Amino acid sequence: MRSSQRRVMAAAASAVAAALLFAGCAPAEETTVAEGCEAFSAYTGLEGTEVEVYTTIIDPEAALFVESLAEFERCTGVTVNWNGTQEFEAQIAVRVEGGTAPDLAIFPQPGLLAKFAGNGLVAAPAAVSESVDANYSPDWKNYGTVDGTFYAAPLGANVKSFVWYNPSVFAANGYTIPTTWDELLALSDKIAADGKVQPWCAGFGSGDATGWVGTDWMEDIMLRTASADTYDKWTTHGIPFNDPAVATAIAEAGKILKNPKYVGDVASIATTTFQEGGAGVVDGTCAMHRQASFLGGILVADNGAEIVEPSDTSKANGISVFYFPGTSADNKPALGGGEFVGAFSDRPEVAALQHYLTTPDWNNAKAKLGGWFSANKGLDEANVADPVNKVAVQILKNATTFRFDGSDVMPAAVGAGSFWKEMTAWVAENKSDKAVLDAIEASWPKS
Amino acid sequence: MNQLIVHAGRKTPWEVIAPNLLLLVLALTAFAAIVYLVFLLASRASLKAQEWLKYLVFLAPASLLLLVGLVYPTIRTLIMSFMNADSSEFIGFDNFVWAFTIPEILVVIRNTAIWVFVVPVLATGLGLAVAYMTDRMKRAAVIKSLIFMPMAISFVGAGVIWKFVYSYQPVETKPDIGLFSGIVKAFGGTPPNWLLEGPLNTFLLILVMIWIQTGFAMVVLSAAMKNVPDEIVEAAMLDGATPFKRFIRITVPMIRSTIVVVLTTISIGTLKVFDIVRTMTGGNFETNVIANEMYSQSFRQMDYGHGSALAIILFVAVIPIIVYNIRQLRLERTER
Repeated sequence: MRSSQRRVMAAAASAVAAALLFAGCAPAEETTVAEGCEAFSAYTGLEGTEVEVYTTIIDPEAALFVESLAEFERCTGVTVNWNGTQEFEAQIAVRVEGGTAPDLAIFPQPGLLAKFAGNGLVAAPAAVSESVDANYSPDWKNYGTVDGTFYAAPLGANVKSFVWYNPSVFAANGYTIPTTWDELLALSDKIAADGKVQPWCAGFGSGDATGWVGTDWMEDIMLRTASADTYDKWTTHGIPFNDPAVATAIAEAGKILKNPKYVGDVASIATTTFQEGGAGVVDGTCAMHRQASFLGGILVADNGAEIVEPSDTSKANGISVFYFPGTSADNKPALGGGEFVGAFSDRPEVAALQHYLTTPDWNNAKAKLGGWFSANKGLDEANVADPVNKVAVQILKNATTFRFDGSDVMPAAVGAGSFWKEMTAWVAENKSDKAVLDAIEASWPKS
Repeated sequence: MNQLIVHAGRKTPWEVIAPNLLLLVLALTAFAAIVYLVFLLASRASLKAQEWLKYLVFLAPASLLLLVGLVYPTIRTLIMSFMNADSSEFIGFDNFVWAFTIPEILVVIRNTAIWVFVVPVLATGLGLAVAYMTDRMKRAAVIKSLIFMPMAISFVGAGVIWKFVYSYQPVETKPDIGLFSGIVKAFGGTPPNWLLEGPLNTFLLILVMIWIQTGFAMVVLSAAMKNVPDEIVEAAMLDGATPFKRFIRITVPMIRSTIVVVLTTISIGTLKVFDIVRTMTGGNFETNVIANEMYSQSFRQMDYGHGSALAIILFVAVIPIIVYNIRQLRLERTER
């Protein structure tokens, strides 16, 4: 019923498109001439088709994606419908269950992706698989693979182990960049004692995903206070969630997040959106803000910030990053994340777009538009203009210990449920470390 | 909330409508043909058979839709509420034990109870008061339309609006956009973080629902008041009854059945409340209600067992209200 209806509509749509062409319009010529379209020769016979991309990526970031796909649309004749919503995580299940699955879905986390393996997701075509083999490290392919079947190709990447700060503020007050966790706390104390700015800003608010910022803090610190092996056990429930190792991590996180001297009103972290929290670094409310690399794009677009090299202390609205330090100077783990593009349809235009997004061509084109990078090996650092992203690309290429966002690996009931909720309650209701960890442990799916 | 279609394809509206229009015409033609065929067959049947066919023809489509859209999903949900997260095996009453033992869910149930008690009573009470006060008033339409207007706003829209009203700015040096915070500051006080502090926040969300529902109660009750015969009111006036007495002794008893309908309708609507909570707090800060938790469990945490169990609890909670409503209607009918 559903598919036949779609076919009728598709037929009608192409009939309209054909009518427009026969009406004597020039575009028919243009598509066959294919000026500058040599790179797209693999995708033929797709004129007049449409692909819906369903994603969490909304404006202002979405506009850049649409722009980066303009060449693909022009050369192949495929219309890409970019459908971005912050409710993606909740709505994707509704759409798949309801039989209106999108063509391509950009999964912000592998845990969510796994839920749809064998339940609507189409295994990636050989061409996509080969392209991913050629352009990404095996780790990245593994994250898009469920039970031995490769479904989803990596898209963007982000590095989370960053502290954002304003170099001009640091320079004016004589603050130096800390290289260990203890130095970071000492610096926070110093800033608090000076009383000129608040040491930290934090915001956990993010629509119905409120709390994820708190889980990132936990993970980043967990990766530092515990071994990578313990971290993996933690994310896969090899150790209970209320294990002493986890308790150590949340206690360390609390030294900053639950210290009113550092963050002001602790409870209001829960109602401050993560964008507002980051804005504090730009407008001089606070000195430091721990957030992933993508924050730069938001602060530039919404808050008039300018991303500068750490050495550039001349600009009042200049922001930069330093590495969220490890417990010692040679403990340098990196926490990151990425998106994965899975297909719910095996139509050729869908496969073509999925493939195109894995090519160095597209990755370089997208990176040139700014505020973005990926783990694609073909990505030329010269195309990453942004100083922060340049650092992130280097970290991605060199990191010895690189781990994915732990909450993304955990089952959705925890990673997109109780972990968020409990971290929110941890600040909002001043819930104790133990109560938080016990509640998350209790919510871990039994089987 | 925040749904943003960034790029809905480069199509004119007509290109989107045209294929659908064709489908619509086809469907309508097919429907007309079927109806015609049914009537044609019915007219050829014997008189006695026609008696039965009459019921069949008119009831069958409705029953079929009810079966597909209501009875089947209810049974499926009931079955799933006794199964595990991915509905692969039966686990008995575990989901219900979970719902009534986990402290987080008990808070959810408590909040729903508060909603169901407070919203219908206050919304109906306020609606009744406004309806009575404006009953014989000149230019009542202006006041009534103002109070009725929130009804035209979706719950999500109302949630977004009131989120601004309750907005809180933790940094003192930054401008505060919250109306409530502004009022408190104007009187020299320190505003609380409105949506964060329980149990205040639950009542602030309830206020939004009342804001929406009062207009509904007012309009329905006002219409019922118009039906109170003037003679009775005039007789009471001649007997020297004060306006308050007339309200208690005449108006309220005369429109009692309407009040019950309004109360129960709002109760059922309140039991299902979801949009307001989801938009304003996302169910955090101990403001969660059953409908929102049901959605989160089913579609975010993908635990259909828990979600279905909550749906069944909600379903069971609605039953007494509906039964009461139907009883009242029956009583009314026998009285007349």
